[in-house]
Amino acid sequence: MPQRAPAHATSGPAPQTPFFRSISRLGPAVRPILPRLVAGLAAGLATSALALAIPQVLRAVIDQLVANGTQPSAVWGAAGVVLLLGVLEAGMMVLRRLFVIEPSVRLERQMRVAMYGHLQDLPVAFHDRWGSGQLLSRSVADLGFLRRWLAFGAIFLVVSVSTVAIGAVLLFTLSWQLALIFLAAALPIMVYGAVFRRNFSLATRRSQDLAGDLATTVEESVHGIRVLKAFGRGREALESFAEQADRLRETEVAKARHQAVFSLVVTLLPELALGVGLVTGIWLTATGQLSIGSLAAFFATAAAVAQPVESSGMLVGMALTAKTAVDRHFEVMDAADTITDPADPEHPAATRGALTFRDVVFGYARRAGDGADGGAARPGGDAAPAAVLAGVTLEVRPGETMALVGATGSGKSTLLQLAPRLYDVEAGSVEIDGVDVRRLPLAELRRLVAVAFEDTTLFSSSVRDNVLLGAAVREGPEAEALLAEALDIAQAQFAYSLPAGLDTRIGEEGLSLSGGQRQRIALARAIAARPAVLVLDDPLSALDVATEERVTARLREALTETTALVVAHRPSTVALADRVALLAGGVIEDVGTHAELLARSAHYRWVIASLPEGPRNLDTEPGDLEEAR
Amino acid sequence: MSTSTTRAAFGTAGEDSLDLSREASRAVRRRSLRLLGELMGPVRGRLAATLAMVIVSQATRAAGPALIAFGIDRALPALAAGDPGVMWLAGGGYLAAALTTALLTAGYVTSTAALSQAMLLDLRVRVFRHTQRLSLDFHEHYTSGRIISRQTSDLEALRELLDTGVGALASGLMFMGFTAAAVFFLDWRSGLIMLAAAVPMAVLARWYQIRSQRAYRASRVVSARLIVHFVETMTGIRAVKAFRRERDNSAEYGRLADDFAAATLRSIQLHGVFQPGLALIGNVSVAAVLLAAGVRVLEGTLAVGVLLAVVLSTKRFFAPLEQMAMFYNSFQSAQAALEKVSGLLEEVPSVQPPRDPVPLPRARGAVAFASVAFSYGEGPEVLPEFSLAIPAGQTVALVGATGAGKSSLAKLVARFYDPSAGAVTLDGVDLRRLSTHDLRRAVVMVTQEAFLFSGSVADNIALGRAGASRADIEAAAKAVGAHEFISALTEGYDTDVTKRGGRVSAGQRQLISFARAVLADPAVLILDEATSSLDVPSERLVQAGLSRLLSRRAGNDGSRRTAVIIAHRLSSVEIADRVLVMEAGRVVEDGSPEELLARGGRFAALQAAWRDSLV
Ligand SMILES: Nc1ncnc2c1ncn2[C@@H]1O[C@H](COP(=O)(O)OP(=O)(O)OP(=O)(O)O)[C@@H](O)[C@H]1O
Ligand SMILES: Nc1ncnc2c1ncn2[C@@H]1O[C@H](COP(=O)(O)OP(=O)(O)OP(=O)(O)O)[C@@H](O)[C@H]1O
Ligand SMILES: [Mg+2]
Ligand SMILES: [Mg+2]
Repeated sequence: MPQRAPAHATSGPAPQTPFFRSISRLGPAVRPILPRLVAGLAAGLATSALALAIPQVLRAVIDQLVANGTQPSAVWGAAGVVLLLGVLEAGMMVLRRLFVIEPSVRLERQMRVAMYGHLQDLPVAFHDRWGSGQLLSRSVADLGFLRRWLAFGAIFLVVSVSTVAIGAVLLFTLSWQLALIFLAAALPIMVYGAVFRRNFSLATRRSQDLAGDLATTVEESVHGIRVLKAFGRGREALESFAEQADRLRETEVAKARHQAVFSLVVTLLPELALGVGLVTGIWLTATGQLSIGSLAAFFATAAAVAQPVESSGMLVGMALTAKTAVDRHFEVMDAADTITDPADPEHPAATRGALTFRDVVFGYARRAGDGADGGAARPGGDAAPAAVLAGVTLEVRPGETMALVGATGSGKSTLLQLAPRLYDVEAGSVEIDGVDVRRLPLAELRRLVAVAFEDTTLFSSSVRDNVLLGAAVREGPEAEALLAEALDIAQAQFAYSLPAGLDTRIGEEGLSLSGGQRQRIALARAIAARPAVLVLDDPLSALDVATEERVTARLREALTETTALVVAHRPSTVALADRVALLAGGVIEDVGTHAELLARSAHYRWVIASLPEGPRNLDTEPGDLEEAR
Repeated sequence: MSTSTTRAAFGTAGEDSLDLSREASRAVRRRSLRLLGELMGPVRGRLAATLAMVIVSQATRAAGPALIAFGIDRALPALAAGDPGVMWLAGGGYLAAALTTALLTAGYVTSTAALSQAMLLDLRVRVFRHTQRLSLDFHEHYTSGRIISRQTSDLEALRELLDTGVGALASGLMFMGFTAAAVFFLDWRSGLIMLAAAVPMAVLARWYQIRSQRAYRASRVVSARLIVHFVETMTGIRAVKAFRRERDNSAEYGRLADDFAAATLRSIQLHGVFQPGLALIGNVSVAAVLLAAGVRVLEGTLAVGVLLAVVLSTKRFFAPLEQMAMFYNSFQSAQAALEKVSGLLEEVPSVQPPRDPVPLPRARGAVAFASVAFSYGEGPEVLPEFSLAIPAGQTVALVGATGAGKSSLAKLVARFYDPSAGAVTLDGVDLRRLSTHDLRRAVVMVTQEAFLFSGSVADNIALGRAGASRADIEAAAKAVGAHEFISALTEGYDTDVTKRGGRVSAGQRQLISFARAVLADPAVLILDEATSSLDVPSERLVQAGLSRLLSRRAGNDGSRRTAVIIAHRLSSVEIADRVLVMEAGRVVEDGSPEELLARGGRFAALQAAWRDSLV
């Protein structure tokens, strides 16, 4: 597998937003469950207060027991109090969970679904850039982490901070001199805390990005497994994966190291202060400035404060990771959906299916905000790549079948994808029955226009589900009839004789079918959508001549009512068409019947004519092959 | 153990079922624990060191309060008596203990992370290697989404166990051990009461184990489903949009997310009963100890001081239970995840490399099928029994209707699958006896699906041969006529073709795949519809390049390369020495193009139709 620079992790440190600004973006989502979170926090505080209080109460109860003399009722009473406190503690634990867990799980689910919805809406241009593993890690791992933080980390962070704050106040009441020594330790912690925050944030961001990229690599290695096997590149793929995984390991270990050092500083400094405090305290007591009771109480309280201080390394780390998860979530959620429903859509009364391209200009990745925000820097810096389509004007009449012919890479597929608005034109317009496609509601537009892509993009479900993917009805006799008809037109009758007939699962991306079978299912899918405008991208490339002829014949019959724009590389596919448009140099160079174009266009003859007019000049020298080896 | 139940849970079979039979459940559990053991093996030393750090730091931590008590009890009177030495001793001892604790704690936190990350790396690489090894028939039904979910969310569960578990378990056990000993030392009767609490705790733990095992299993299954759906949607986003699947998909994903949320909630709720339950049992025990000891104080058989100490110690004994519960929770979760991962690792590739390969450093390229029959898995027979010999250096065109079995035949030569019967040989050696290395160097197939990885154009071509130089790469691109368009890309050969080669057009993808094969320079080259998406001029360029490529062999005696060309466009057949016509899995015509044309059979008809279709 090619050595892949993980796009996100290497694009430099993401701009650091302040912690609270990031977290506050959760505001709208968290607000409805805020009361329950607060209640959970209260229960959490109560739990830790009880945990702190129970030993003291035990002591007091026993003291009293001893003082009251040896009354059996006193023993029962004391045990009763202790039992009550114990039950209360367990009850508070239950309460905290009752309050917090369910709403935070619901929140996680809600954010996950919202992200999925948003991703589906984001333009294809966005998906061109983002690996699905990267998106997946944001949708699953990050949100899961966020949930745990809300239900646990955030609450305990607050509990810890409160415990420390209360403890500090108590310390002052016991001995201000000792408390000052203790607090002096807090200053360096604050300074170091800032350093830690920066380092840890960078590391956690990097590790989360790396984890996403790693998932992307896994995904690619499985989808591309045929290539890896065909070339025996398993070892290289493994090496490159291992290297990538090792980078993740290193980052994770570095993260842990940052956290450990922070914990070290955070525990050590107060402890050092306590050591100094011990000496000072003994001296103060010896000189009569402090009572022995206060001295003992001071250290008992300091010990209670030490525990939450110690866990603060982990809790702060969790908070920073959660913040990164929020950032990463909103990077996706903030990506602008550039292809949206119009504000005041038009609903054409009747569709005849006239498809018109008017001075269409289009180039890839030429606009900022094409979903490119999010780390993946545009290759090539600022120089905008040249336009693929530089003023295409083409009129496909209602019911007409138009073939689109052009050299490899001339922009045919690009042009087709503008019709269902998978991309939007840069200038000019695409119109259906005189209405700009940008003025139609997206769902309606895509009901009007159906596409068969050149890569078949089937799903790992049954043949039936795949063919009826875009059909108006997907169940019942009507759907069955539609299915049968579509399969018949696409000459995909083979589907009936698959092991489980039309219910056969066709494997991921349809890879348990032959190439031609896949292509015919994809064609049937477009036909079953019953569109007004059918857009077929090289739909017969994987078919043999005989099948192609049959499909062509059936398509011609079926397409009398439907407007069709068909990309063709072969004269045999062109035979489908009433007219042919020749795309060259980003414009439609000529339109006419096959015969007309053959007669008048040299470029057309060059692109489509297979009968050799004599050996063409080959740009490759015979010697190239020698070098190639 | 009955074989049927274990088979039902073998590998990834039954991966989605929640209720395994007793034996199956045990087998699955054993296999995941074995995997955990294997992962721990190489890091044993580090594990021991980490545990040692945990234990020592626990001890020094406990020393802190003791030193303070010592300071108050001893140093104070000593100072009053004019001796500050004890004070310094107490203060210095306290500092030393604190320093050791803090350093060791930091040490074991880092060490735990290093440990857990090393194990995760090991497992990641294992899973990756194994998925690469598994055969195509496995991948066709397992789907990439599941593999991703094994590699991401399942590993995450293990990581949680390793990160939080080890320290918590060790320090908790240590602490409880010491405290229990102290209680027994003070008053064995109270110690017994305290230990009696173990009974309800064990019952609770068993209950939790059974329930949570199922809950976590469910959560693994559901999360895999969620991930599969997610990945498939994102991979097929064009079709999703074009066919307006957004709403239905959202509904489906919403359902899956609900299931996932429910499974998550279920497992947390179980933990939510387990953990407070343990706390409750602990607290009740404290009360019981107090009661029992109190009664004995009344009877005068127990000193009041001992009562206080025993009750406080009992309370402290149960303090680490919360952490232990958390450990057990993440253990259950990791266990469920490891069940799935170990199942994947247990899968056996149907196409296996040989144990004692026959070396074939220089293949000539003679391919033969000896009584070969083939079907995909349990499916219908795709290629009924046949025999066929392709002499070295021959260029064979394979034509026939779609679905006739051309690709299947070719994939047997590339050993993507093994034949169900008979043998495919290269230079007389059964492909099953060749090492992967020799086989892949000798036989290269350009598949019908031109797949590009994200990464630069150059990287993608270089996949054809490890260590190819830039000049080699460019020469290969020139040979297939791809150099021109590649140079025109914004960054030439360094242009990132992005996910699945989306940055270049379909024809351009095919050209790049083709260049890859040219660079690989194999003895046997298989081209499956390698030019189907090209325009006529590019195809002609490729054709010319191909015939040059086939006619010469690098550094060799000038013998030709063997080639199997599958094409529907008969233009590709022009350079063939021999044509095989396939129909329904059988080779029905075999001969040189001229012969077959003269014979006037199917090929002649195909050729005629093809000529007609031309201009
Ligand atoms: N997502 C993309 N980002 C940037 N450039 C692209 C992208 N997709 C295609 N291109 C470039 O745009 C040009 C036109 O591509 P397009 O896929 O439209 O060609 P095509 O005419 O369909 O070719 P083919 O016949 O090979 O399918 C090509 O040069 C290609 O490299
Ligand atoms: N991975 C698979 N699992 C199960 N069946 C398969 C698989 N691949 C192909 N088949 C079936 O085997 C038969 C032959 O397929 P094959 O791909 O060999 O056809 P082909 O001649 O290459 O056709 P095409 O010209 O369409 O590519 C078909 O009926 C197909 O459905
Ligand atoms: Mg195209
Ligand atoms: Mg095929």
